[in-house]
Amino acid sequence: MTLSGTYVLRRVLIALPSLLGISVVLFTVLALAPGDPFGDIVSNPNIPAEVAANLRKKFGMDDPVMIRYFRWLLAMLQGDWGFSFASRINVDTLILQRLPTTLLVVGSSQVLALLIALPVGVYAATRPYSLFDQVANTLTFVGFSLPTFFTGLMLILVFSIQLDWLPFVYRADITSTGWHFYWDHFKQTIMPVMVLALFQAASWTRYVRSAALDVVKLDYVTTARSKGLKESVVVLKHVVRNAMIPVVTLVALQVPAIFGGAIVTEQIFRVPGIGSLLISAILANDTPVIMAVTFVFSCLVIFFNLLADILYAWLDPRIALS
Amino acid sequence: MNEKQIRGLIEDVREGKLARRDFMVKLVSLGVTAPMAGHLLLNAGIAQAQTPSTYKPTKRGGGGALKVLWWQGATLLNPHFATGTKDQDGSRIFYEPLASWDKDGNLVPNLAAEIPSAANGGLGKDGKSVIWKLKRGVTWHDGKPFTSADVVFNWEYASDPATSAVTIGSYKEMKVEAIDSHTIKITFNKVTPFWATPFVGVQGMIIPKHLFEAYKGAKSREAPNNLKPVGTGPYKFTDFTPGDMVRGAINTTYHQANKPFFDSIEMKGGGDAVSAARAVLQTGEYDFAWNLQVEDEILVKLEAGGKGKVVIIPSGDIEFIQCNFTDPAVEVDGERSSIKTKHPILTDPAVRQALSLLVDRASIQQFIYGRAGVGTADFINNPPRFRSTANKPEFNVDKASAILEAAGWKKGGDGVREKGGKKLKLLYQTSVNQPRQKTQAIVKQACQKAGIDIELKAVTGAVFFSSDVANPDTYTKLYSDLQMFTTTMNAPDPEIFMNQYCSWEFSTKANKWQGRNATRWSNPEYDKAFRAAEGELDPVKRAALFIKMNDMVVQDRAVIPVVSRPRARGANLKLRFAESGWDSDFWGLQDWYREA
Repeated sequence: MTLSGTYVLRRVLIALPSLLGISVVLFTVLALAPGDPFGDIVSNPNIPAEVAANLRKKFGMDDPVMIRYFRWLLAMLQGDWGFSFASRINVDTLILQRLPTTLLVVGSSQVLALLIALPVGVYAATRPYSLFDQVANTLTFVGFSLPTFFTGLMLILVFSIQLDWLPFVYRADITSTGWHFYWDHFKQTIMPVMVLALFQAASWTRYVRSAALDVVKLDYVTTARSKGLKESVVVLKHVVRNAMIPVVTLVALQVPAIFGGAIVTEQIFRVPGIGSLLISAILANDTPVIMAVTFVFSCLVIFFNLLADILYAWLDPRIALS
Repeated sequence: MNEKQIRGLIEDVREGKLARRDFMVKLVSLGVTAPMAGHLLLNAGIAQAQTPSTYKPTKRGGGGALKVLWWQGATLLNPHFATGTKDQDGSRIFYEPLASWDKDGNLVPNLAAEIPSAANGGLGKDGKSVIWKLKRGVTWHDGKPFTSADVVFNWEYASDPATSAVTIGSYKEMKVEAIDSHTIKITFNKVTPFWATPFVGVQGMIIPKHLFEAYKGAKSREAPNNLKPVGTGPYKFTDFTPGDMVRGAINTTYHQANKPFFDSIEMKGGGDAVSAARAVLQTGEYDFAWNLQVEDEILVKLEAGGKGKVVIIPSGDIEFIQCNFTDPAVEVDGERSSIKTKHPILTDPAVRQALSLLVDRASIQQFIYGRAGVGTADFINNPPRFRSTANKPEFNVDKASAILEAAGWKKGGDGVREKGGKKLKLLYQTSVNQPRQKTQAIVKQACQKAGIDIELKAVTGAVFFSSDVANPDTYTKLYSDLQMFTTTMNAPDPEIFMNQYCSWEFSTKANKWQGRNATRWSNPEYDKAFRAAEGELDPVKRAALFIKMNDMVVQDRAVIPVVSRPRARGANLKLRFAESGWDSDFWGLQDWYREA
């Protein structure tokens, strides 16, 4: 392994200024964006104007952007994520409330997507232009051409309205107990998970297929076959391992999205995840929440980028990271 | 309608010649709120209509779960911080006021033993004091007794500016004291004809002193019970996820016998209005849905699912067009639409009159809003205003053209009228919202026929309704000639609603465009009437003043009403509940039940 400690250190050091830059950009954009978290209060004639003025003062919103930014940065460094204007509770509490649901729904959809994409992609690559490959290709093409809001509504139409099998309003806290609890959870999770998984699986299948196809043609695979190795061994040990390298990068880069939630799908099925939190925060101009969610998301993107690079070197020792 | 006529009507109600409901409808159509109309009767000594109890269940509980859907979830549960209806409704599950407003503007006691009146000695003769008797034997969810100390505390809490309560408007300018353990006295600083604002309705929910006492003032946001309400309501708090879910369980010691019916309540938030309608009307997954802002055509289709129905609740909300009386094209001292300028076209009454004839309310109702927007009668063209409710708003392109022609606006070569070198061109703005864009198109088309060139503009709602001082597109700036939006009459008393045409409410740069008068229309008569109404103790005279003010604005066509916007709710066919356009949807939650 040629992975050197100094390389990792350097990457981390590069990541810090980029995070700082991202936070500056996010903060400025949010500060300049139109809208006012207390717009409702201001436009309501029953509420005297002093209330909004008082609240602005209380939340320090009258200070210049620079000062607000440094105050935010300082608090963030100390682990204080800020305070939601709309709910008047700490942003981290708000996010932690939503995280389990998002991890469950988006996480299981990604796992499911991987479970579909890997075998289908590899199998299709080993038999290029066969009937299976053609069908898989067509389906993946359809899959990633259909936006999630469309497939989501289609599923609701078929399974909730026509067949009346599944509920389309997601409830994070189901009251039933025992096996009913799991069954209810399973029932309400199927549709959002399927929508997300099929979309993701479609693009990953194409990726896996093309990655595997590149490897299948290489000389060492031919050599392995001529040694008389079993086809399964050739595919699993020689083809898949090498084909996985680009796939790992892709999947690693997708992981932050699990935390980011799926905005559209969460909205359609009323899944109380991070995505729907972000949307309602944006609609309410609840800047501390928007800032926290987007910033955590940027941190995760940068972190997983780094992780992908490291994994890359580990999977393929020929790549020297120096 | 003047004072004498109102008195005549009140007498008619007393003698039974006029139905109470009809009296309400008449006054509401003249710009008076239903609670205020109810007040007139109350003060005249006409007993409130005892809403016959429709509650059938004979024992508490046993009704299973009540599942309601709010497509904007509640974000906090302290009624003194509740900004939108979503938060007020979420809080109302657990907290109660002294009294609530029913749909006819009657006061219905919750935590009060009776409604104060002159007869029971509750109302001071000078119009400055009110005595409320509280219901005895009421306990908070944690078992502590509810007393007058709690009520007094709510006044102290909300009126403290450091608390930053949004309810402060209902509690300042008065003093509240406890007379005994179950009687309180409110003393207003000035004559207050409409006394039922503090401790009443959505602004009046009462929080327990023993849990919030330590968090009055600047520490208000730290109170742990901001998120864990302990109230007196029919349901006890179970759990809360902001923006997503509010849950409550039956309060087995609720202060009304045999209530509530349901064992638990679930208020789910998020999503969109269409799917909320679907979940109630078509699949029956939920029992009740809030605010179905959906095209009527879709609602009708969903109702065919047979699980639920749309409930239309009349309210004082009106979609209307405002005319700018100042010139948006000229900049004076760094502001456009300055009150130092005059609008070159819209100050001509003929143009405003023509415009009001060019709004095809019938088509707008039929093709856009359906049941959710009723074309409002154009008061002026119908002098016998009380005779019929079937007054059709007038839409007449020829008449509008004739009026313009007579006023000297002649058609030019391009079909657009002009007068003295000024083209009859107007910029008409509103927020981005499908029904509004469709309405704009209908108005533009009619105007085109009459020789008025209308340019349309749509601004994102987040900008249009914001108070952003730096943005030129907010509705309070009114940097266009015409604009359209819905004005909500969300207080039971019309005083606050009516101040939006007072000259001291001009929206200007000096007050950061926070003044409420965006049209910058003014009339010394109106100002005088408003000042008179503020101190008028006789409720009939006061109502007459408000009606006069309303007439002044509408007759001068400072604004052009388009449709009134009743509230649409979705409810399961078996759910029984009482709606009200003057209070929270949950004002009578204790009476909700499901028919077998």
